[in-house]
Amino acid sequence: MGDTQKLKRIIATDCGSTTTKSILIEYIDGEYRQTVRGEAPTTVEKPLNDVTKGVINAVTELEELARLKYNDKSIKFIKDDTIWLSDQKNEGVDAYVSTSSAGGGLQMMVTGVVAKMTGESAERAALGAGAIVMDLIASNDKRANYEKIERIRQLRPDMILMAGGIDGGTTKHVAELAELVGAADPKPRLGSSYKLPVIYAGNNKAQDIIKETLEEKTDLIITENLRPVLERENLGPARDKIHDLFMEHVMAQAPGYNKLMGWTKGPKNGKLENIPIMPTPAAVGNIMQTIANVEDIEVLGVDIGGATTDVFSVFSEQKVFNRTVSANLGMSYSISNVLATAGLGEIARWVPFDIDESALRNMIKNKMIRPTTIPQELRELILEQAIAKEALKYAFIQHKEFAVGLKGGQKQREISDAFAQSVSGESIVNMMSLDLLVGSGGVLSHAPRRNQSMMMLIDAFLPEGITKIAVDSIFMMPQLGVLAEISEKAATEVFEKDCLIHLGTCVAPVGSIKPGKIALTVKIELTDGKNFEEEIPTGEVRLIPLGVGEKAKTHLKPGKGLDIGNGKNQEINTELTGGVVGIILDTRGRQPFVLPAEKSERVKYLKKWLAEFKAYPENTFEGGK
Amino acid sequence: MAQAYSPGLKCTDNLVLRKERILPLKGNVKVKKGDIVKSQDIVAETLLPGKVVPFNLANKLGVTPNMVHKFLKVKAGDKITKKQMIAQTNGFLGMFKTSIRSPIEGEIENISKITGQMLLREPRIPVQVKAFIDGMVVEVIEEEGVIIENKSAYIQGIFGIGGERFSTLKTLVSTPEEEVSVDDIDESCKDKVIVCGSLVSLAAIKKAQKMNVTGIITGGIDDRDLKELLGYNIGVAITGHEEIGLTIVVTEGFGKIKMAKKTYDLLKEHEGERVSIHGFTQIRAGVMRPEIIIPKEFKESELKAEKETMSTLEIGTTIRVIREPNFGIIGKVTGLPEQLTKVESETLVRILEAELENGKKVIIPRANVEIIED
Repeated sequence: MGDTQKLKRIIATDCGSTTTKSILIEYIDGEYRQTVRGEAPTTVEKPLNDVTKGVINAVTELEELARLKYNDKSIKFIKDDTIWLSDQKNEGVDAYVSTSSAGGGLQMMVTGVVAKMTGESAERAALGAGAIVMDLIASNDKRANYEKIERIRQLRPDMILMAGGIDGGTTKHVAELAELVGAADPKPRLGSSYKLPVIYAGNNKAQDIIKETLEEKTDLIITENLRPVLERENLGPARDKIHDLFMEHVMAQAPGYNKLMGWTKGPKNGKLENIPIMPTPAAVGNIMQTIANVEDIEVLGVDIGGATTDVFSVFSEQKVFNRTVSANLGMSYSISNVLATAGLGEIARWVPFDIDESALRNMIKNKMIRPTTIPQELRELILEQAIAKEALKYAFIQHKEFAVGLKGGQKQREISDAFAQSVSGESIVNMMSLDLLVGSGGVLSHAPRRNQSMMMLIDAFLPEGITKIAVDSIFMMPQLGVLAEISEKAATEVFEKDCLIHLGTCVAPVGSIKPGKIALTVKIELTDGKNFEEEIPTGEVRLIPLGVGEKAKTHLKPGKGLDIGNGKNQEINTELTGGVVGIILDTRGRQPFVLPAEKSERVKYLKKWLAEFKAYPENTFEGGK
Repeated sequence: MAQAYSPGLKCTDNLVLRKERILPLKGNVKVKKGDIVKSQDIVAETLLPGKVVPFNLANKLGVTPNMVHKFLKVKAGDKITKKQMIAQTNGFLGMFKTSIRSPIEGEIENISKITGQMLLREPRIPVQVKAFIDGMVVEVIEEEGVIIENKSAYIQGIFGIGGERFSTLKTLVSTPEEEVSVDDIDESCKDKVIVCGSLVSLAAIKKAQKMNVTGIITGGIDDRDLKELLGYNIGVAITGHEEIGLTIVVTEGFGKIKMAKKTYDLLKEHEGERVSIHGFTQIRAGVMRPEIIIPKEFKESELKAEKETMSTLEIGTTIRVIREPNFGIIGKVTGLPEQLTKVESETLVRILEAELENGKKVIIPRANVEIIED
C-alpha cells in the first residue's frame, strides 16, 4: 500500500469526557508499533472551553516522552500551537487522527413505527454510529401521544433519527410520529442558535409528508430507508448521515472542535486529506469489525466505565456488528443502579464472607458520590469486583437481547438465507463459537492482579468451549478504530502487538451433568516439556500457567453428554494459547452455570475457586486451599 | 515541597460568592444592575410553552382524515376556550349533527390532513427565578437573567436532596459527633434549617417534615432511610428535584459520620442567621454539589471574586478520609512520598502519610482523601 509506506509516525488522540489520551504509532523494522502514550485533562468545559488545549497538552507529553525514549531533543510534534504534519523525514508526524466522546458524546433519540421492528433497526443504526440512545419512541410503545410529546420535549438530543414503515407501505403511522416530533418542537442540546437535525430514514413513500411536517421546524435530512423490507436492514446510509451531522452540528458546537477538525489529517488516496473525528464508540466498532474481518474470528468486547457499560460484538459468518450501551450500569456514577438491578443476593453470591446490607448500601452510595476513590482494603476490592461481575453480566444480557436477527420477516426468506441476519429474532450471540473476549475499563484494566480481570470476565460472560481472553489495558481501541480509516495495516498490527494484553484461554464444557462426574479430561503438553493431565470432575477450576505467545498442544475430552465445541461427546485436539494468566479449565458448568444455593456450601466452593484462580493473596480466606 | 492536586469541598467563613440566575427560556429580567436583592425576590420571569394535547378529530367525527377540514370551525393558530365547539358534521337534513368541543383552553397548534389529528396547546406556564441569595445584582444578561454577588460564609455539601430554600439556622446538637434525636425536633424548628450532627434517621426526617422544618444539614444519612423516605432508590447521582417538603444537605457521606469540626463550628457560629440552601447534586460532567450559604454584610467595593484555584495537597493540609478504613475521619498530611506504594488490596497507588485527629498515623491512597478547603 503506497499510503502505508509513507506513514512513519502517526499521532492518535481520544478526547474523553475527563481525559484526552494520546498515542504515538511508529513504523519500526517493518512493522507498526505503539511506542509512547500520554494524557492530559480534557479542556472542553470551563474555564478553558477549548478541546485543543487538552490535545496539545496530551501531545506535548507524548513529545517529551518520545524525546526521553530516543534521547533525541530534536523530536518535535507541535509547531505554531498545532500538531505538526509534515511529509519530511524526522519532522513532525505524517498523520493525526482523533476520536471524541467529550461533552457526553453523541446523544440521540430514535423513532420507529413498531418498536421491535423499525424501532429496533433505528436503534441499531444510532448505536452503531456511536450514539447513546436516550429513548425510542414508537407508535406501539404503549405511551399516550401526549406523553410521547412531553418526553420528546424534555429530552434535548443532539439529533433525531426517524424510521418507520417499509418502502411503499402505509404512511399514516410515520406521519403521526412526525407530527408528534413537530408538536414537541425539540431543541438541540448544545445551544438554541440552530435547528435540531432530524434524519428521516423510513418509508420512501412518506418523504413528502415528512418534509411538509418537519422541514420548517427542523434541519431535516432525508436518506434511504433503513428497513426497506422487513427481511433486510440497510443501516449504512443512515449511519453515514449521523456521522456527517455529528461533525457538522454536534462537534461544531462543542468548544474548540472547529479548530480540531482542521487538524485531523492524513494521507488518503495519495494526498493529505481531512480525516473526520469519530465518535469514540463508533471507532471501537470500527477496529473490532476490522479485526474480525482480517483474522476471520468472532469477537466480543466490553468497556465498563463509571457511568455506562458498552458491549460490542461481531458474530456470524457475515460478521454482523452490534453495539449496546447500558447507560445505567457502571462502577461509580451508576454503581447504585447495579445494586438496584442485580439485588444484594446476586452480588453476595460472589463473596465468600458475610455482608451487612446497610453497610454495603452505604459503601456503594459513597462510591457514587466520590467516584474517584479506590479500594484500599482487600474486602472492598472483593466487593467492588463482585459488583463489577454483576454489572458486566447485566450489560451482556441487554446485549444478547438486542443483538438478534431481524424480527417481522417471513420464514421463507430465512431458508434462502440471503441476508446478513436471520429473521428469527433470536440472539446471534453464540458463546460457543466466540473466539476472543476483550475487556476494558478501570475495574478490568487496573485490577491489581490480571487473574482478577480474567476471573471477572469469565464469571460475567461465561464463555463456552475454547475462548481467548484479553484486556485492552489503556483502552487504545478508539484511536486504532479511527486509524483504520487511513491504514488498516497499522491499526491491526498495533492492535495485535500493543493494544491487547492476552490473559490466556478459557476452556469450559457445556451441558448438564451430575455432580461429581468427570466433566473434562485434559492432556496439555506444556512448553517446559512437562504434561498436565487430569480428569476434572464438575464444579472445579484449574489454572495452568502458559506464558504470553506460548502455545500448548492439547487434547480435550468432554464428559458424557457435554460439548467442548465440536458437538456432544466429541473430543478435540487443539493448540491452546497462553497469556499473562494462563489457561483456565472451568468445569463449574455452562447452561446451566449454577452456584450452590446453600450458603456454607457456596462459600466453600467460592473459596476453592478463588484460590485456584489465584485471584487474591494466598491466606485471604481461611481454608481456601 | 511535594504537592499534588486533589478535589475538596469548600468550607469558609468569608467568600465573595457569584451566582448566575438564569431562565430556562428567554424572558424578562425584573431587576437592574446595582440593585440589592433578598433571596426570595423574583429577578426574572418567563412563560414556558404549554403542554401539547393531541386530539384525534377524525375519530371523534367518524370521518376519514382527509375529510376533517370540511367540518372545522377553527383553524391552526386560533385561541380556544374549554368546551368551545371546534368541529361539527353537517348531519342529516340539518339534524343529527355531531359537535366536537375542545377539551382544554389554549390554542390550536396544528391540524393534520394525513392523520386527522389535531394538536392543541395549553396556555403558557409562568416561570420565575428568585435571587436565592441576599446580594447585589452585578450583571444583567438581557432577556436571560442576572449575576448576583455577595459575601458569605459558605459550605459545600457532598450530597443533597430537595431544591432551593431559605430560612434561618438552628443547631440541635452540641457536638459534631452527636446524632440528633427525634425529640429534639419540635415546634421551635418550624421554618428553620436545622443542624443535625453525625446522622439524621428516617424517624427524625419524618418528624422534621411534620414540624415544617425548611432544611436539614447533617454529617451522614443512611441509604436505607433515604430509599424509604423517597420511595425509590437513587440510581444515578442527579438530585435536587425531590419534593419532600424540605431540603437535606449531607456534608460527609452515607452512614453515620461525624460532621467535620470546621463545618460544625461555622454553622454554630452563625446560629440564628439567614441561610440559603439547596440539595442539587450532579457527579458527572458539570459537577454540582449542594450549598449552604450564609450571607454577610458587605460593601460594594468588597465584591471582588477571587480566582478559582485548584486545591493542593501539601504537608499540613487538612484532609478528610473518604473511603474505608478510617472513612470520615479528619487528619493532617504529614508526608507525600513520590513512589508508588502497594496497599492492602495490592493496588499500586500514590499515597500520602497522615496523622488522624484520633492520633493514629496512617497511609492513605491520595485518591481516597478530600481536602478541607479554607
